[in-house]
Amino acid sequence: MSAAFHLGLLNVFGDAIDFIFNQQEARTGQTTVGGPDQVFHLTGQHLKVTFLALGLAVLIALPTGVALGHFRRGEAVAISLGNAGRAVPELALIAFVAAFIGVGLLNVTFALAVLGIPPILTNSYVGVSQVDRNAVEAARGMGMRGLQVVARVELPLAVPTIMAGVRTAAINIIATAALASLAGLSTLGDLILGRNVYGDAGVVAGAIMIALLAITLELGLAGLQWVLTPRGLKVARAGAQARSRQEPRPWMRPRTAPGPRP
Amino acid sequence: MTPMATALAPLVGQVEIHSRTGENAPCQAQQGKVFCLDWAIDNFDRYTTPLLNQLLLVLIAVAIGFVVAFAFAVLSHRQRWLIPTFTAATGVLYTIPSLAFIFLLLPITGLGWETAIIVLSVYTLQIIYRNIVAGLNNVPPESKDAGRGMGMTDRQLLWRVELPLALPEIIAGLRIATVSTVAISTLMVFANVNTLGQPLYQQIDFKTNIVIAGGLSILMAIVLDVMLLLAQRLLAPWRKPSMEAMT
Amino acid sequence: MVTGHWRLRAAFVFVAALVIALGVAACGGGDDDTDTGTSGGGSANLIKSNPANNGIQLTVGSKNFTEALILGDIYAQALQAAGYDVKTNLNLGSEVIAYKALQDGEISGYPEYTSTLLTSIFGKEADQVPADAQGAYQQAQQELEPKGETAFQPTPFADANALGMLKTKADELGVTKISELQGKSQDLNLYGSPECRQRVDCLVGLQDTYGLQFKSFNPVDIGLRYTVLDKGQADASILFTSDAQLAANPDKYVLLEDDKGIFPSGNVIWITDQSTVQKAGPDYQATIEKVQQGLTLPVMQELNARVDIDKQDPADVATQYLKETGYIQ
Repeated sequence: MSAAFHLGLLNVFGDAIDFIFNQQEARTGQTTVGGPDQVFHLTGQHLKVTFLALGLAVLIALPTGVALGHFRRGEAVAISLGNAGRAVPELALIAFVAAFIGVGLLNVTFALAVLGIPPILTNSYVGVSQVDRNAVEAARGMGMRGLQVVARVELPLAVPTIMAGVRTAAINIIATAALASLAGLSTLGDLILGRNVYGDAGVVAGAIMIALLAITLELGLAGLQWVLTPRGLKVARAGAQARSRQEPRPWMRPRTAPGPRP
Repeated sequence: MTPMATALAPLVGQVEIHSRTGENAPCQAQQGKVFCLDWAIDNFDRYTTPLLNQLLLVLIAVAIGFVVAFAFAVLSHRQRWLIPTFTAATGVLYTIPSLAFIFLLLPITGLGWETAIIVLSVYTLQIIYRNIVAGLNNVPPESKDAGRGMGMTDRQLLWRVELPLALPEIIAGLRIATVSTVAISTLMVFANVNTLGQPLYQQIDFKTNIVIAGGLSILMAIVLDVMLLLAQRLLAPWRKPSMEAMT
Repeated sequence: MVTGHWRLRAAFVFVAALVIALGVAACGGGDDDTDTGTSGGGSANLIKSNPANNGIQLTVGSKNFTEALILGDIYAQALQAAGYDVKTNLNLGSEVIAYKALQDGEISGYPEYTSTLLTSIFGKEADQVPADAQGAYQQAQQELEPKGETAFQPTPFADANALGMLKTKADELGVTKISELQGKSQDLNLYGSPECRQRVDCLVGLQDTYGLQFKSFNPVDIGLRYTVLDKGQADASILFTSDAQLAANPDKYVLLEDDKGIFPSGNVIWITDQSTVQKAGPDYQATIEKVQQGLTLPVMQELNARVDIDKQDPADVATQYLKETGYIQ
């Protein structure tokens, strides 16, 4: 790959960064595009609908999944819902809502929440139902009743799995929010789908912003997971990792003569 | 339907102009109809090319993703310090939304099949890699001991004991990756590839169209998923994958 | 001895065979095919296949909305009937992408509106665009020729953006012109394409030239421009003057008069480069200019209706047009 190619690359990404920070003349010269005001406004819109939808999805899916997992019911439904949710194409979902129901913030939030529910539901179910039965028995033995068992034992132990589901949902939602500009909502998708108006610089700028947003959200949720994970689990996980690293190195394995064939 | 005479340049024939006033309008012309079977049957051939393109794209992307993730997994099986690095790298790539990724690649590979294949393969890396590693980790130590006891080298151990035993997890990962890839491949219309997203995007207000295009995509995902499930039952009937691998 | 080994091999072979089989099937059902019209004697309109054109390859491009697709298909099938070897690339997005494809040599030519060419590509103001078809065409030629490109004669019909409402809403507000929305627009929700927000022949013009502030501007895919009116979500929507729905429902929708002229009207001209014209011979220009003579506004609206309302395939509708007018058999 030639130096000219690399230079050209830097050019476009440089233009994109410039687009974010400097308001500039539109291609046709009669209006302005870009600049922090516009980009951050669109980013704010994007985040707004993401958080609304994620919140709604968590509100619906988390209690349902935890309840199902606690009572050990509906495994088939919970797991297949997760699989089914993965199969839904996002563009079709947005089009479906736009054509059948309507456009606008409420409808788009609903569509995005639908996208986020399956991973949260499945992972809540799996997380809670997979909790070590001994811990649950011990809690019952100490006199804890249903809700207490859930709140004090099952939920904390299920945090890593549940949070993995929430993170998946968040990524899906933030990705699909880019399509919201087809359905009545201005988000960073405006930049990406508006190559005509915003130019290559604008399109790449939009892509960079969405990628940054997604990574930041992921890191934020990972941090939240770390905070919520009970200390005991963290210790147990570290131990498991250390043990797996203790697999003997090849040159350290004792040489033995092959034994009698079974 | 009454043809209206239009004033055209001499010698040019007349285009029949139909009046469309609602009552006798066919199913697809009415806004409210959810699914028009007749139209679907007549026009089904509009969806075959996008369908085949999508299938091809998915198979190529999952194949490439599998090969790369497999290589990573085999590498990090020996050098365990690589695991966090690969996990983080594939994780970051997974986090970047595919639509954004398409346009991040715009200056590098432009738009087209190349870009689409890159985006889709990269997206599968994390789940396949994670599952292969999990599968290898879940191999019972007794099996490995037995293998070593029979005098197997590390390489023989990997290929004859550990990988076959990790098969359920590997295939579970492939299933998840395939289903996700089918769903995302509809977005490749934005990379100028004619998948099922194209007819969808073209007639975004036509309910029957949305039902057919979306339905075909979901159907493809289900069929591929079931095929892989059958493959797993065939190849490794003695084990079910761990829950970790299924979510 | 672990027996999983041969099963693994069998699995790989099976998958490989599947991939190969599907690859072959997919290559068989690959790219767009153009419908061929046949040549022959008969009516004076009939496009005759000229053997001199065989082997000359032309790639017909178009943008990716209904009207553009129909035009692209009409031109492609007509050129095919004239004996050219035609490929199509009918999904070029917006005018910037299409024009760039032309400059990069990816397409031989594509149909463009004079207004769009002059304002969007060449940066002219809306009031600098001549209102008459020939004037706009001449100006376009002046801009194109220094770049090694050229345009053919314009179509009979013209298309422009328009601000539309449900007739009931317009009557309720008592408006027939856009300027009459002064003082009323702050209660109205406007819907348009995402890029409308930044276009002078769209929201920017409404804000700057008419001084209108709307209650909200909401981006939607242009395919939904009538749906949002019908559902009552939009008080006003950006429409196009050659839309099928306007002709089909003359009492339902009304276009407000653009009295300050921010929506320039454009006839369609075929844009191509001069080297292609040299290479392709006289039939290239002759065929294109001949086949578009039937495209008056009512006819274009009818063709749009067959795609947008009757949900037919644009390529089929193009064939119907060519047959009904007698250009092909």
